[in-house]
Amino acid sequence: MATIIQTENLKYAYPVEEGEKQTFALRGVDLEIEKGSFVVVLGHNGSGKSTLAKTFNGVLLPAGGKVYVEGMDTCDENLLLAIRRTVGMVFQNPDNQIVANVVEEDVAFAPENLGVPTEKIRKRVDDALKTVGMSEFVRHAPHLLSGGQKQRIAIAGVIAMEPACIVLDEATAMLDPIGRQEVLSTVHRLNREKGITVILITHHMNEAEEADCVIVMDDGVVAMDGSPRQVFTQVDALRSMGLTVPDTVDLLDRLQKDGLDVPLDALTVEECAGAIAAALRAN
Amino acid sequence: MEPILQIKNLTHTYGIGTPFQRSAVEDMSFDVYSGEFLGIIGHTGSGKSTLIQHLNGLLKPTSGQVLLRGKDIWAEPKKIRNVRFQVGLVFQYPEYQLFEETVYKDIAFGPTNMGKRGDELDACVREAARLVGIRDDQLEKSPFELSGGQKRRVALAGVIAMEPQVLVLDEPTAGLDPAGRENLMANIRDYHRNKHTTVILVSHSMDEIAQNVDRILVLKSAHVLMSGTPAEVFARGQELLAAGLDVPQVTRIAMALRERGLAVDPAVYTVRDLERQLLALRKGGAVC
Repeated sequence: MATIIQTENLKYAYPVEEGEKQTFALRGVDLEIEKGSFVVVLGHNGSGKSTLAKTFNGVLLPAGGKVYVEGMDTCDENLLLAIRRTVGMVFQNPDNQIVANVVEEDVAFAPENLGVPTEKIRKRVDDALKTVGMSEFVRHAPHLLSGGQKQRIAIAGVIAMEPACIVLDEATAMLDPIGRQEVLSTVHRLNREKGITVILITHHMNEAEEADCVIVMDDGVVAMDGSPRQVFTQVDALRSMGLTVPDTVDLLDRLQKDGLDVPLDALTVEECAGAIAAALRAN
Repeated sequence: MEPILQIKNLTHTYGIGTPFQRSAVEDMSFDVYSGEFLGIIGHTGSGKSTLIQHLNGLLKPTSGQVLLRGKDIWAEPKKIRNVRFQVGLVFQYPEYQLFEETVYKDIAFGPTNMGKRGDELDACVREAARLVGIRDDQLEKSPFELSGGQKRRVALAGVIAMEPQVLVLDEPTAGLDPAGRENLMANIRDYHRNKHTTVILVSHSMDEIAQNVDRILVLKSAHVLMSGTPAEVFARGQELLAAGLDVPQVTRIAMALRERGLAVDPAVYTVRDLERQLLALRKGGAVC
């Protein structure tokens, strides 16, 4: 499989005032993100996960090492537009990323800036709104929408640029469970149907259940990298990094320690219930 | 137990006389008891935020009443400010409301407005800071130098410093990571336990509500859908799901186990309880 984003010994430190000690938010990250995959990046506050996300389209530039987007170096200013066209970002606060008074104008903002011809913009806007399931709101005022709807408008605005990759930087953190579900099912569909690479930064473990790959950041480095099953079964390691494990794994872990013959990697509620029922019957 | 707050037939309608007319709260009645830890849950648009803004008189009922210790809070509209000292409201993302030069001054703002001065003021600022886990050496810092979680603690301390009889928290842990959420909830639990004040926690998270409160009020489309202890409410898991609400993941596991013929209690909502029940089942061999 082709790689869409690659980092090499990536380092980043936020600027500090004179005399203060500089601390690195990223201390040497080596990653390869496969094209078309659904990747979830987990980590507690201050682990570097959001900093990492912001280096993926040149919002932040490396203080050391490199980030390549489809082979393009983010440090090369001449490539910055092409990089941002390839990797779109959706941020945490829906109210901070809506610029227009009408939904369709907001979605048209990015393609307009990219110089897409008017008739093509119309089609892109309509397609993007359809993709996120917001077509009926085309002439609505964004500020009257719910948080989940606003985030879907923000996602539509990114999709209208036709990027190959979307990065969601805690884009579900401020939403209620329904809004979160709306956004998640939208990005899963984009990934499945349009082959768009999705990188989801979150601290909600259950959002990672269906990912192809889970990356756990801790103290500015990649602490774990693998399938959801590989990552979530490392109960003690996750806890020591201030992360929780899904209740399914927690329960299975306890039952296993109680001597019941259950696997740890039954992540979903149904799998977990099935595994427990089977173990009790065999007992 | 004696009710500290009574909500009687409360209705709030926005945009009366416009095409956008909509009741966010409709004929809602319930009591809040002195010293209890009450959870309010409901998804966006269920009326939670509108409801809690009535509890300290930020919004005026379109009809119905809010009684604080038996007295209508709007009986004397000019004294509504006193109600705001007695019912402290902590909004969502309160850290955006910090404005003072130092943490100390920010926490002192509310009690100063109440007329506290000198040693009395100092004592309640320090006490509030201690309750939310702000260290003494952080008091002279600018609140803007602190991390997100700490800023939120400062904002919370600013309300606690007014020593309200009822503390209302709107999504206090939104946007925090799991460790931050647990730390802040531990502070709130300690505060409730030590000060014996009434705490109302508004949350989207069933898990958070389940693990902290004595009683839950479930709102759905401007009405109270159900109220009861966590066990009573979660025993109606199917109804909650049908209403578009979440149930704790543990409750969903229990429901899935029942579908597989295992006799577990459907009202279970902690991992530890479910573990205990499953071990009892193994011992009893009562699996068919």
